[in-house]
Amino acid sequence: MTTQPTTTYLNVTHGLASWLLTKDHKRIGLLYLVVVSIAFALGGVFAGLIRLELLTPPGDMVTSDLYNRIFTMHGVAMVFFVLIPAVPAILGNFVLPLQLGAKDVAFPKLNLLSWYIFVIGFIFTAFAMVMGGVDTGWTFYTPYSTTASNSNVMAAGVGVFITGFSSILTGVNFMVTIHRMRAPGLTWFRLPLFVWALYATSLVQILGTPVVAITVLMVAMERGLGLGIFDPTLGGDPVLFQHLFWFYSHPAVYIMILPPMGAISECIACFSRKTVFGYSFVAFSSLSIAVFGFLVWAHHMFVAGISPYSAMVFSFLTFAVAIPSAVKTFNWTATLYRGAIWFKAPMMYVYGFLGLFLIGGLTGLFLASLGTDVHIHDTYFVVAHFHYIMVGGAIMGYLAGLHFWWPKMTGRMYSDGLAKVGAALIFIGFNLTFFPQFILGYMGMPRRYHMYPPEWEMLNVLSTGGAGILGIGYLLAVGALLWSLKYGAVAGDNPWHATGLEWTTQSPPLPENFVETPIVTEPAYNYAHREIKVV
Amino acid sequence: MQSGISFLPEQASTLAPRVDNLYFFIVAVTAFFALLVTVLVVYFAFKYHTDDPYAVGAPIHGSIPLELFWTAVPFVIAIFIFAWSTNVYFDIVRPPDQAMQVYSVGKRWMWKFQHPSGQREINELHVPVGRPVKVTFTSEDVLHDLFIPAFRVKADAIPGRYSTIWFTATQTGEYHLFCAEYCGTKHAGMIGRVIVMEETAYQAWLDTSQESSLAAQGQALYESLSCQSCHLNDGNGRGPALHGLFGSEVQLANGTTATVDEGYLRESILNSQMRVVAGYNPIMPTFQGLVDEDGMVGLIEYIKSLRTGPSSEGASASLPAEAGEPE
Repeated sequence: MTTQPTTTYLNVTHGLASWLLTKDHKRIGLLYLVVVSIAFALGGVFAGLIRLELLTPPGDMVTSDLYNRIFTMHGVAMVFFVLIPAVPAILGNFVLPLQLGAKDVAFPKLNLLSWYIFVIGFIFTAFAMVMGGVDTGWTFYTPYSTTASNSNVMAAGVGVFITGFSSILTGVNFMVTIHRMRAPGLTWFRLPLFVWALYATSLVQILGTPVVAITVLMVAMERGLGLGIFDPTLGGDPVLFQHLFWFYSHPAVYIMILPPMGAISECIACFSRKTVFGYSFVAFSSLSIAVFGFLVWAHHMFVAGISPYSAMVFSFLTFAVAIPSAVKTFNWTATLYRGAIWFKAPMMYVYGFLGLFLIGGLTGLFLASLGTDVHIHDTYFVVAHFHYIMVGGAIMGYLAGLHFWWPKMTGRMYSDGLAKVGAALIFIGFNLTFFPQFILGYMGMPRRYHMYPPEWEMLNVLSTGGAGILGIGYLLAVGALLWSLKYGAVAGDNPWHATGLEWTTQSPPLPENFVETPIVTEPAYNYAHREIKVV
Repeated sequence: MQSGISFLPEQASTLAPRVDNLYFFIVAVTAFFALLVTVLVVYFAFKYHTDDPYAVGAPIHGSIPLELFWTAVPFVIAIFIFAWSTNVYFDIVRPPDQAMQVYSVGKRWMWKFQHPSGQREINELHVPVGRPVKVTFTSEDVLHDLFIPAFRVKADAIPGRYSTIWFTATQTGEYHLFCAEYCGTKHAGMIGRVIVMEETAYQAWLDTSQESSLAAQGQALYESLSCQSCHLNDGNGRGPALHGLFGSEVQLANGTTATVDEGYLRESILNSQMRVVAGYNPIMPTFQGLVDEDGMVGLIEYIKSLRTGPSSEGASASLPAEAGEPE
C-alpha cells in the first residue's frame, strides 16, 4: 500500500490562525464541517428530549413552555444550521473545485467570509438558546411571533437573517465557479451530476434567501417598532407572513435535498460502475425542481384561509414538482440495472437514501392532495413526511457523500464494516422513529403537542425507541469516521476506482489541488470505456 | 373515544369515508411504487453484485422512450389523484345552504362555542346527529386551528376574519377536538370534545339554557348602537336597508360585487370603508372596539334574521322566534 503524501492541504501550514485565515476551499469545507456537526449534535439532543417527553401521554418531563422552546430550537438548529449548509457548504466546498479541475472557488476570500457570517449567525442563535430559547416554532408564524411570544425571537431572528447571507454568498460563489472555472474540455454535459445539483441549488439560494431575510426584518419591525404588517389589530395580515415565509422556505427544502441527490448520483455511478442512466434527464430534473419549487409555496397554507381556487392551482403545481423527483428515482434504479455493484459503505447509505426518500416523496402526495391534506395538515403525518425527506433524504445523502469523499478529504479509510453497521442502525432506527408518526398523524395527533391522549401511547413508545436506535447509529457512524483519522488505512488517491477529476489528484489533495490543470476528454462516469489504472 | 390499537380515526361524519377512500387509494398507489422500486433495487443489488473493484457495468446510457414513459405514467396518475382530491376538497370547504349555524372563538387557550339559541359552552361542542352543522369562527389573539379528526375537518382560526368548517355527524358519541395551529404555552391543552347527540337529546340540551337567542342579543346591541338611525327599513336611509340582505349579492361602489356573508358583514361593521355598497357614501364609522366577537355574532344573527324584506312594523316584527332552529 501507498503511504500518505508528504505535502497536503492539511499539513502545508500549521496553527489555529492558518485555519481561521485560510482561503483554501478544502479547509473552509472542514471549518463548516465542525460548526455544522456542533449544530447537529445540539439539534440531536433537542430531538432526544422531545422523544423522551412524548414517551408518555401526560406532559410530565418538562413544562409546556420548555417543551415549546425545545422543539423550536430543534427545528431552528437543524434547518438553518445543518440541513441547508450540510451538503453545499461542507461537501460542495470541498469537492466542487476538485470536480471542476480548478485550484479553488472563484472568490476564495468571499468563501471565508461566508463561513464567518455563518458562524456569527450561529452565535446569535446560540445566544438566543442560552438566554432561554425561542418558543415560536422554527416557522416564526405571526402574529404569535410579533405580539404574543415573550421569548428571544429577535436574537434567533437576527441569527437566521445573518446566516441567510452566508447561504446567498456561497450560492453566488458556486455559480460563478461553475461558469468560469471548469477545466479545459469540461463542457456542461460532461459535468458530474453533483455539480449540476449544486448549480440548481445556488439558483434557489440566490433567489429565495433574500425573501426570508426581508420577512425576518418585517417581523423585527413589527415586534420592535409596532409597525402593522402582520398583526390584524394594527391593520396587518397574519397570512401575508406565511406567503412570504414559505416563498423561501419551500424552495429551501430543495436547497436541502438537491445537493444530497447530486451526491447520490455520484455514489450510484461509482458503485455500479456505470454512467448514470439518462444523465441529461437527471441534470435537468434538478433545474426543473429548482424552478417549480418556487411555485408551490401555498401548499403549506391549504387550511389557512386561502381561496379554494388558489389552493387548487397550488395543489396542481405541487403534483407537477413531484414528477422530476420521480424521474430521478427511476433513473437511479435503472442505473443499477446490469451494473457491477460494489457494495461498500457509501452504497449502503445510497440504499438507505433510496428507501427513505421513496417513502418521503410518495407521502408528499397525501399532502399535495387537497382532500387528504385538510385532515393531515399540522399533524404528525406532516412531521413524519418532512423528516423522511430532510433526514431520510438529505442526511442519508449527506452521509453517503461524506463516506464517499472521506478518504479524499482525510487520506484515511474508515472501517467499512463498522460504517455499514452504522448505516443499518440509522436506517432501522429512522423507520422505527418516523413510520409510526404517519399513523399517529392520520389518527389526528397534532404536531407541537406537549401531551396527547392515552390511546396514542403505544405508537409514541415505538417512535421514542426508534429514536434511541437512530442516535446509536449516528454515534457509531461518527465514531467510525473519527477512528479512521488515527487508525484508518492509508486510502490512496482513488480507493473507489472512481471516475471524476477529484480522484485523479492525491489524497488528501495538494493545497492547490492539482499539479497541473487537468484536461478533460471524456464524459462523466465513463466507466465502461476507461482504462483501468491498477494501483 | 377510541381505545386499543387502530390505524384510522373513527369515521363519524359524512365526509370521513370520502376522505378515507381517497386516502386508501393513494396508499395503494404509493405502496405499489414503493414496492416496485424497492424490489428492483434490492434485486439488482443481489443479481449484479460483485466484489471485484475492476469490474465494470454494461455500457447503457439511457433511453428516451423509457424517460418519456416514466414521466408520463406518474403524471397521469397525479392528474387523476388531483382531480379526485380537489373534488373532495370542494365539498369539505363548501357548507350546504341549510347547515345549522354555530359560532366559535378561539383564544389562548380555549374554544368558546355559541349556538344561535343563546346556549354557550367552553371546550365542548354539542351537535345533533344527521344534520349539517356549520361552525363559523375566528380568533381573539394569535392563530389557532379547529380540528376534529373524526370528522376529517380542519381550518385555521385567524384573528380579524372568519373561517368555517362544516360536517354532518353520522354517529352519536364523543370525539376529540384539537387546536392544530401552534399558539404558545398551553397549545396542547387547547383541546375539547365534540358531543354528538340524538336530535331530541340535543333539543333538550338547548332548552337548559337561560340565555336569550343570539339574534335577540344582537338586536339589543343593534339598537343601543343606533344602527337603525341610518339603516332605515325603506331603503332611504344613509345606509342600505338590512332586510333580506343576508345571502344576497350587492353591487359595490368600486364596481365589483360582494356576496353578503358573515365575513362581509364583519368587515362592514369593523372596517366599513373597505367595500361600500354602490349609491351610498362611505360615512359609516368603524365599530372597532365597540363590538367584540360575541357582539359581532349577535349582530350577524340579527341581520340574518331580517329575512322578510322591508316591513312597516319595524325590525323586531320580522325576528323569528326560533332563529337557527330547523325549518
